[in-house]
Amino acid sequence: MRYSHASKAVVLSAALALTLSACGGGSTETAGGEGDGSYVVTANTTEPQNGLLPANTNEVGGGRVMDLIFTGLVSYDAKGAPVNELAESIETEDSQNYTIKLKAGQTFSDGSPVTAASFVDAWNFGAAAKNAQLNSYFFESIKGFDEVNKEGSKKDEMEGLKVVDDTTFTVELSQPESDFPLRLGYTAFMPLPEAAFEDPKAFGEKPVGNGPYKLTEWNHDVNLKLEVNESYEGPREAQNGGIDFKVYQSTDSAYSDLLSNNLDVLDQIPPSSLASYETDLGDRSVNSPYAGNATITIPGYLDHFKQGEEGNLRRAAISRAIDRQLIIDKVYQGGKVKADDFTAPVLEGYSADIPGSEVLDFDAAEAKKLWEQADEISKWDSGDEFSIGYNVDGAGNKEYVEAVVNQLKSNLGINAVAQPFSSFKELREKVTSYKMTGAFRTGWQADYPSLYNFLGPLFGTGAGSNDGKYSSKEFDDKLAEGLSATDPAEGAKIFNEAQEILFKDLPAIPLWYQAVQGGWSENVDNVEFGWNGVPLYQQITGK
Amino acid sequence: MLSFTLKRISQLFPVFIGATLLVYFLVFATPGDPIAALSGGKPMSDATKAALTAQYNLDKPFWVQYGLYLKNLVTLDLGTSFSGQEVKEMLARAFPVTARLAILALVIEAVFGIILGVIAGMRKGKLFDSTVLVASLLVIAVPTFVLGFLLQYVVGVKLEWAKPTVSGAATWGELILPALVLGLVSLAYVLRLTRTSVIENKTADYVRTATAKGLSRNRVVTVHILRNSLIPVVTYLGADLGALMGGAIVTEGIFNVPGVGHLLYQAIQKGETPTVVAVVGVLVIVFVLANLIVDMLYALLDPRIRYA
Repeated sequence: MRYSHASKAVVLSAALALTLSACGGGSTETAGGEGDGSYVVTANTTEPQNGLLPANTNEVGGGRVMDLIFTGLVSYDAKGAPVNELAESIETEDSQNYTIKLKAGQTFSDGSPVTAASFVDAWNFGAAAKNAQLNSYFFESIKGFDEVNKEGSKKDEMEGLKVVDDTTFTVELSQPESDFPLRLGYTAFMPLPEAAFEDPKAFGEKPVGNGPYKLTEWNHDVNLKLEVNESYEGPREAQNGGIDFKVYQSTDSAYSDLLSNNLDVLDQIPPSSLASYETDLGDRSVNSPYAGNATITIPGYLDHFKQGEEGNLRRAAISRAIDRQLIIDKVYQGGKVKADDFTAPVLEGYSADIPGSEVLDFDAAEAKKLWEQADEISKWDSGDEFSIGYNVDGAGNKEYVEAVVNQLKSNLGINAVAQPFSSFKELREKVTSYKMTGAFRTGWQADYPSLYNFLGPLFGTGAGSNDGKYSSKEFDDKLAEGLSATDPAEGAKIFNEAQEILFKDLPAIPLWYQAVQGGWSENVDNVEFGWNGVPLYQQITGK
Repeated sequence: MLSFTLKRISQLFPVFIGATLLVYFLVFATPGDPIAALSGGKPMSDATKAALTAQYNLDKPFWVQYGLYLKNLVTLDLGTSFSGQEVKEMLARAFPVTARLAILALVIEAVFGIILGVIAGMRKGKLFDSTVLVASLLVIAVPTFVLGFLLQYVVGVKLEWAKPTVSGAATWGELILPALVLGLVSLAYVLRLTRTSVIENKTADYVRTATAKGLSRNRVVTVHILRNSLIPVVTYLGADLGALMGGAIVTEGIFNVPGVGHLLYQAIQKGETPTVVAVVGVLVIVFVLANLIVDMLYALLDPRIRYA
């Protein structure tokens, strides 16, 4: 899941600072709702960027709806722990071969049964190259993925998936991966009814799912209406009468609606109101960390920063020259949490004191010393420039990148510059074709609650999001070892050992963990935000 | 008059082709790979990337892409967005909303701008005139977004006279506040144009003649002064309709109006060529037609102007 970068009307954020900085409390009017479960909650969203198909939904706007109208084998509770939904059991002896049994008698909201084939067919559909689904890489661990996800391949059945009977299927992975069961709550792994494959595009407009809600109306760029799905039985039963997702072009206008009780739940306070939202909303606001982080990636192909002694010294110097807390306080009004590792604190197995993590602590003198040591190996010419690239179409990027750059300038005495890119697409094209001439901003938002999700896809040799072309055999071996561990706690311990290697090499420099700043109206109660920063919509009740 | 109108309408085609070609090229030339952005920094397999690139013709050279676009255009197929929606449908949803907003803004600026302008012009140098002049200067000086947020906060959040944002239906009533914000700056210009024009015409010979003939003051002002003062104002209003429709993006953002501004902004960010070209194409048509209407109004306002 990623940020919907397109949703932020950047033009507006600066404006609000001028006008709303002086705003006081909200209003006191209340409306609707009997304190029972019939209240229809209004919530903000962005327009889903694709049709609502599990394997094609990779951003928050579509993701939050998908997670409510579909239910997979497991779902995650508020803390990110997996809870069985459709799965009766998920068994494995070697972390490579899984036998999955479904609860009997489950149906989609149109009455058609949820069977083992509903999963196998949906996953095969998602993986096949010919269907061009954005989440296809999620199935890459399944044996036979390479065959179906090959350019021009007509095949669409992975050999690792086998239906045993109506309620049982088996999964064979190409290597042991202990956190595979953890992934199964992610949107990409949802089942699909047979009807979906006849015309996937039409289905994406009017999806039929099996979650606690069903989608009854989708007015593009305006709203998505969800009604309670009576046939759903599971841990996420709806406590309200439905959810009306209103599409907002900017969080600023959503915030105005929240202040006047025209919107019930807002999951992102606009940057311009970060200083005032707690006074505006009082106990109707929240500020809590979720499974995401912000980093700066210094690609390994840059001169002076290649993997090795000089590169490592310079990376450490840069990391120690950044006063993260100061930026969090000044730029974000405390809305982030300083990073102490490469993952996120809400995850099971997280540790704040992995050996080597002190490299993330600010120490200007030490930074200068490390930089000078690197200079002894190969001189950093005073004319050399160290740039950090960012896309200007994401709110707040400019502010923090410039803050970091200024600290590097004054603490290391080097010529550091912020390098703007006109759009996310421009930055990503340069990054993914490995043509960057400097460092650049990166970040990761967890797809599923697991330490591995922050390590494997980002720093594994040749991994899909390894933007800095980092490669370390030692690290790869540790990851493989962690994945083959059968005990999750043991796995987490090994992943944290893998992080010790990252702290030495610093392929990316962690800055801070993301936190969600949200608020709710006077009309609703029981608003809680989950491990991924998304509100637990099904729990919300009217007053 | 008829041949003039036909001639002008036939000019629409080269203008339209030229504009779409230019816009298509501009979007084509903006740096960045839209498909790389679609994945949002998450991994994407080469096969998936290749399939998507081919699906949107992004692997073809510019002339082939544009040729395919024109070919589809003939059959009224405006292409699809990255989200798989028909651009035609997106336009059909967004344009009526923006059109309502722009027309409302135009009416507000024309009615209030002209009335206030005439009164100010007739009372040149008096208190009313100076007040209106200062107020209009203020409106011109303050950026639209500041006005927008201020009005939204005061009217929507504090006084609760209206909802701070517009609903999906975007009815005429809901659009009054956004239209006021959108039209306010133009209103100030219309007012000043009218005022200057009225002051100029007030001392003209034919006005003196009309007054000497014993015509009522009302008739002198509305028929003799106003009618002759409207030519520059109408020119401005005609050009402004297009500007209002294309320039509503800030206002639409503040009041969450689901119109073309939002559509265009998102499409530019994503590098979604068919959507950008279609929106701009329709805006071009609106501009040309509005200017045609202005030219025809000239003849009505001033009989000396005739089109062969």
